[in-house]
Amino acid sequence: MKPRHSALAEPPIVRIALTTLALLFLAFFLGLPLLSVFAEAFAAGVPAYLRALADPEARSAVILTVIVALGVLPLNIVFGVAAAWVIAKFEFRGKAALITLIDLPFAVSPVVAGLVFVLIFGAQGLFGPWLMAHDIKIIFALPGIVLATLFVTFPFIARELIPLMQAQGREEEEAAISLGASGWQMLWRVTLPNIKWGLLYGVILANARAMGEFGAVSVVSGHIRGETNTLPLHVEILYNEYNQVGAFAAASVLAMLALVTLLAKTAVEWRMRRETAMLSAELSPERVPAPASGRTAGATHPSAERP
Amino acid sequence: MSIEIRDIGKRFGDFVALDGINLTIPTGELVALLGPSGCGKTTLLRIIAGMESADTGQVLFAGEEATHLHVRERQVGFVFQHYALFRHMTVFENVAFGLRVKPRRERPAEAEIRRRVMELLGLVQLDWLADRYPTQLSGGQRQRIALARALAVEPKVLLLDEPFGALDTQVRKELRRWLRRLHDEVHISSVFVTHDQEEALEVADRVVVMNRGRIEQIGTPDEVYSNPASPFVYRFLGDVNVFHSRLQGVWAEIGRPPSGGAAAASAGSGGAAAEGGIAAPVATDDDAALAFVRPHDIDIVRAPQAGALQATIQDVHAIGPSVRVELAHESELIEVELTRERAEILALRKGEQVWLSPRQVRVFAVPSGGEEFVSGSGI
Amino acid sequence: MSVAAARHVLPGFRLGMGYTILYLSLIVLLPLAAMVFKSTELTAAQFWAIASGERALASLRITFGASLLAAMINAVFGVLTAWVLVRYPFPGKRFVDALVDLPFALPTAVAGITLATLYAGNGWIGRYLEPLGVKVAFTPLGIVVALTFIGLPFVVRTLQPVIEDIEPELEEAAATLGATRWQTFARVLFPAMLPALLTGFTLALSRAIGEYGSVIFIAGNMPLISEITPLLIVSKLEQYDVAGATALAVVMLVISFVLLLAVNGLQWRLANSRRAGARA
Repeated sequence: MKPRHSALAEPPIVRIALTTLALLFLAFFLGLPLLSVFAEAFAAGVPAYLRALADPEARSAVILTVIVALGVLPLNIVFGVAAAWVIAKFEFRGKAALITLIDLPFAVSPVVAGLVFVLIFGAQGLFGPWLMAHDIKIIFALPGIVLATLFVTFPFIARELIPLMQAQGREEEEAAISLGASGWQMLWRVTLPNIKWGLLYGVILANARAMGEFGAVSVVSGHIRGETNTLPLHVEILYNEYNQVGAFAAASVLAMLALVTLLAKTAVEWRMRRETAMLSAELSPERVPAPASGRTAGATHPSAERP
Repeated sequence: MSIEIRDIGKRFGDFVALDGINLTIPTGELVALLGPSGCGKTTLLRIIAGMESADTGQVLFAGEEATHLHVRERQVGFVFQHYALFRHMTVFENVAFGLRVKPRRERPAEAEIRRRVMELLGLVQLDWLADRYPTQLSGGQRQRIALARALAVEPKVLLLDEPFGALDTQVRKELRRWLRRLHDEVHISSVFVTHDQEEALEVADRVVVMNRGRIEQIGTPDEVYSNPASPFVYRFLGDVNVFHSRLQGVWAEIGRPPSGGAAAASAGSGGAAAEGGIAAPVATDDDAALAFVRPHDIDIVRAPQAGALQATIQDVHAIGPSVRVELAHESELIEVELTRERAEILALRKGEQVWLSPRQVRVFAVPSGGEEFVSGSGI
Repeated sequence: MSVAAARHVLPGFRLGMGYTILYLSLIVLLPLAAMVFKSTELTAAQFWAIASGERALASLRITFGASLLAAMINAVFGVLTAWVLVRYPFPGKRFVDALVDLPFALPTAVAGITLATLYAGNGWIGRYLEPLGVKVAFTPLGIVVALTFIGLPFVVRTLQPVIEDIEPELEEAAATLGATRWQTFARVLFPAMLPALLTGFTLALSRAIGEYGSVIFIAGNMPLISEITPLLIVSKLEQYDVAGATALAVVMLVISFVLLLAVNGLQWRLANSRRAGARA
């Protein structure tokens, strides 16, 4: 190809240069860090790695992290579905403002997210004295960690569901109601099955954030070893104690979580893209031919095809 | 079950969607709500279904007040424009849905559900598709499954929103006939919304023509086509030639615009009815009027005769079984549709002077201020 | 609101709206309001003294400076990465594409200790930079590196769909009119990408300003030199200076709110221009 024809495509040399540059950038900023997590974790050999993971404090950190995620996700799922239902299927004033407010936690610094709960429930907070008098611990305890995590993961599921449910429209739900379904029957039999992939996608993202949250949790946790240390906080403590292998062993668990998240996310994205394609096919049914199986079946029943 | 709509009104903000709608649909009839988009027909259908609520007026089912009944209690079957099949369920489960969501004591046994669903799938001739998913079906098949699903709950009324709107012309025509036959079989009161006049005229027992939130005319397909009640209906149902004219006595002079007084005087070598004028009885005097003549209601003759307009042939096109002739009468363009046989006999040529003899004319006076048309017709 | 709902046959408007508002208020709005309320315990003069204190101002300067720089790096390399990912085939593309989201998925603390280790004097990267006189770890430059990492996906992910949507006809038209490839990019393609680029830039900036976990390990956290505002809030809180922490947090909150509104405005314009593009 002569360079004169390059008006529609870059010359190969430019393509190769640009691709190389982009890949180098990604390798430096993403690839190397990811590799080095595992390299550092195994720097002292596999036995040291396994010993670090078997540490009881590491174990209790893992357990606490899972408990927090399990506490946070159901609440955010219910909220996500409720908010998306209202926003996607109804018209009302103030909808844009509501969407902005749902997005707000994304813009707020995690440190601020933790601080607000300290200001309410902490010793010097609004309810601090009352809570202390009744011996209820929220800050420096599990409830505070859950609250801070709820705050930072708040928008994830709703944000995934709103555009999806808007695209799906109201007709299927209206059909269910006109066929006699109750509100709950409609929800369980029509709405939820239709949004399950989007919901799963939101849950994957929210879970990654819930398990990995550091800033907000570190403000409210109090760093009590074996009690209020989540896995990311555990990483911090070990790192600050110059326990490089221990810190990176714990970090490698979180990095694997991240890789699983990316894998699951990619798989669900692929699934959803297929469903979106089907959805658009449904809206212009005559233009998109049915899958091959449909056509062969049609051929074996020619009379039934044409009533 | 009969449906009665009394004085229904509906607004969306400032937009008047429906204004004083009165309509009675007798038991067992297949009725078409026909009109251009935005005329309120879908809103009316959704109000009958109970999916929208009207601002004013009442809906009665079998003479009983149903205005405030929830859509679940109305026992209507609704077929959505895009079918709204549940995409994660098989065809079988889609049709079974209405039976499965019934309260436990009313719910048929599994075997009975199976029997009923297969029977309905047989009725729509798609029982071999029971295990497919909606995305694996063609548009026409989805349409029929949507119908079967609506019929599964044994509705008293069947409502269809643009049932053939999303289909190819060919599939559309087949489904039209099929729906008509199906209706004759199951015979429940049915209402369908369409913007396609041919569809309404071919399928329905009665046609309700709507425009801008009001009903323009209710009648059998033949009535609304041959005897349109308003200029809107005339224009909406088929091609039509419109002549600007003025009223003279109880006659309208066709081809004489009211403003062109000078032209009328200079051309007036004879009476209105004698030369160039076709007269039709009307109510008001000396008003502007519009005269409507369908292209196939005009014959072309070679010699002048009473009530014929002189015109010049501009073009002749053979379109399928008919021949379309374009003519000029003064500054107005007139279309005439002839049968092939008639055209062959006439052997028309471009530029020829001929006379047009309308077989049927309908005149609507345009009152100076009001909106109502006064109509009369002449032969 | 209830008027609109009454038109509708679908159930659950009141329940859904009620739950949404209640949950939003309990988890997000009331806590934030409580913080703003708490800050009113300070007089305006006290508030101003905290917000404009030497250490606070220095931290805001560092936070914003590093965030802006990181967002700009991401803008440049984001355009490049998105372009290469959409337009050029290369082996392992799907893997690379999925990897772009790593900063979203990797906990910030992990990113923080990893970057600190990589760029330290004896680290994989640091050992080659330090002989050149470039110190990254425990300097403001380290903050920029960490913020570039966590902001990396934003520009790429907002640009990718836009580049995918650009019709080939557009480029073909430019070519038939005699434009060179570079002219086509600069005058036709880049303007089409600009709204998305701005959106991604603002998202990355907004995320960087609030970032804490990935920065504190690599920053060195020296007051006046490499101390970011979120860290200053935490240290004030640890010294039981709740009022000081609150005042700074309110400043941060106002900034994030402004940026959020900017993003919303940009996204609205982006959606509009894409819709207009689709129509044309």
